[in-house]
Amino acid sequence: MASSVTPSLRLAPARTPFRLRSVQPLPLQRPLQPARWPADDRAGQRLLVIDRASATLQDRTLRDLGELLTPGDLLVFNDAATLPASLSATTEAGARLELRLARESGGVFWAVVLGSGDWRSRTEDRLPPPALAVGDTLTLTSASSDRAPPLTARVVDLAPLGAAYSRASPLIALEFAATGAALWNGLYRAGRPIQYSHVERALELWHVQNVFASRPWAFELASAAHGFDWALLLALKRRGIRLAALTHAAGISSTGSQELDRALPFPERYEIPEATVRAICETRREQQRVVAVGTSVVRALESARTGTELRAGRGEATLVLGPERERRRAERPTRTRPRVVDSVISGIHQAGESHYSLLEAFAPAALLERADAHARALGYRVHEFGDACLVL
Amino acid sequence: MKAQENAVLTYETALVTGASRGLGLALTERLARGGTRVVAVARDAGALEAALSPLGRAGGEVHAIAADVSDKRAVHRIAGTAAALVGPIDLLIHNASSLGPTPLRLLLDTECEDLEAVLQTNLIGPFRLSKLIAGSMALRGRGTLLHISSDAAVSAYPTWGAYSVSKAAQDHLGRVLAAELDSSGVRVFSVDPGEMDTRMHADALPLADRTTLRRPEEVADSIVRLLERAHEIPNGTRAEVETWRAA
Repeated sequence: MASSVTPSLRLAPARTPFRLRSVQPLPLQRPLQPARWPADDRAGQRLLVIDRASATLQDRTLRDLGELLTPGDLLVFNDAATLPASLSATTEAGARLELRLARESGGVFWAVVLGSGDWRSRTEDRLPPPALAVGDTLTLTSASSDRAPPLTARVVDLAPLGAAYSRASPLIALEFAATGAALWNGLYRAGRPIQYSHVERALELWHVQNVFASRPWAFELASAAHGFDWALLLALKRRGIRLAALTHAAGISSTGSQELDRALPFPERYEIPEATVRAICETRREQQRVVAVGTSVVRALESARTGTELRAGRGEATLVLGPERERRRAERPTRTRPRVVDSVISGIHQAGESHYSLLEAFAPAALLERADAHARALGYRVHEFGDACLVL
Repeated sequence: MKAQENAVLTYETALVTGASRGLGLALTERLARGGTRVVAVARDAGALEAALSPLGRAGGEVHAIAADVSDKRAVHRIAGTAAALVGPIDLLIHNASSLGPTPLRLLLDTECEDLEAVLQTNLIGPFRLSKLIAGSMALRGRGTLLHISSDAAVSAYPTWGAYSVSKAAQDHLGRVLAAELDSSGVRVFSVDPGEMDTRMHADALPLADRTTLRRPEEVADSIVRLLERAHEIPNGTRAEVETWRAA
């Protein structure tokens, strides 16, 4: 997979240079509404096109994407499958809890712990997580009827981010007793997709997979690509749009704790195939656009860049992208401007969310404010099954 | 999947269903011996582990997943576990299949539910798995799907109805997929392995003279050599192991 031969990327100047401006607080407007269920017609989702060169907005659908791009442009997708990362478990004392897996590194998983209850209640309103100690064994409750033995996990750290385990910081690190096929089989038997109370029914795993998903590294759906079906992907190919993949462990979007939410996104592992690095280099050489489908793709590609070189292989993304004015929390790494990616397709995000700050790395604040007002006025929908925007 | 200097394809990863015995086990063995990281699927966990343990001892990388391919809820577990263990799948071999109730019977004596169950195992289940795996192949621009077929897919033999119908449908499903994915780098083939000395054959034709039947290991070797030439064969081809060997 990863190779010693690393094609290097020489960076052309940014296509649309812009200056950051100070932001005026927005007048109070009606909040953006979530989509409550995946659409039957994936590619029919609305696409708000934010065109930096002309500073204009357009209402399109994802199916129009081929017309909005130029042959030779490259779409880079995150092909991580969504793991059933919500696990019900009991402590040795018999207390029930929900684990939401949020990071994996060297066989150690991070998990957000929620008290008894399920996705039907808002994450912030869940019962407090039970008391835990390092060395405690948690036993997973299997949803399936087969007689496979339940997975168990041992708590190995109660402060993986430094703050002690508490209701305000309900994060732990754990190690499963099983490894290899037994571990993955057990997670698939016991787990369900993480979901939130805005979704109207219980989700099945097939509701949260992209059509090209492969390794189950994502803890929640990498949702920007959810609208792509094969009719659209093959039509894009026929038009001469290039497609490439990387795998990025997209993390969870909300923890129910304000303190933990501020630490999102957690470090996320990724792997970039050599073929993708080659495709990016070629695209840049030909002065075509590199379009990231999803913020996870931006994170992976920008993390894999050192100076003017883009490296194939594995890594862990820790950087946070955004405008410089967001550089306020001393414990976070410096926010970085994208250098590999020219354009991004993402969900519709509200000001203040981490994904919104990422968009601010691509487009001037004033244009994003107009886009936000437009999306509100036209009832664009947010969250994982919602509409999308394309910053061109 | 890599084309080597002598233009032979090697597969880095493979998933084989029905891998606890017969042709599926022989294919798993042959691929693992050639350096492919193989994920082997079969219903019976004990039988699968027992069949695979010599391969592990011989140094091959083989992982076992106990699952029924006709179970809608098992396919994400199969595809997800497989990709987590060996990476994106280069080669998917749909080998598991069911004859339906034996002794075989006329179609008009076949319960509708039995036909349905055969279609679940031989057609719908494999289709679900292909949907989960061929998508990542198409995005990466490479990958091969192989359906293990039968001459019953082409000829209408009395009493082979349920199996026959499922195999004919599976062959055609492969052709349509090949036509749709032709520009994507994904290749789809069907192979008729011919008559082999397997438990399935004994279930169907208990009185057959076993000395006239080919050994699954021999057939697996022919199929893998066919797969190594997959790039030279028109996409959607249905091959017969016997004829191909003669050609």
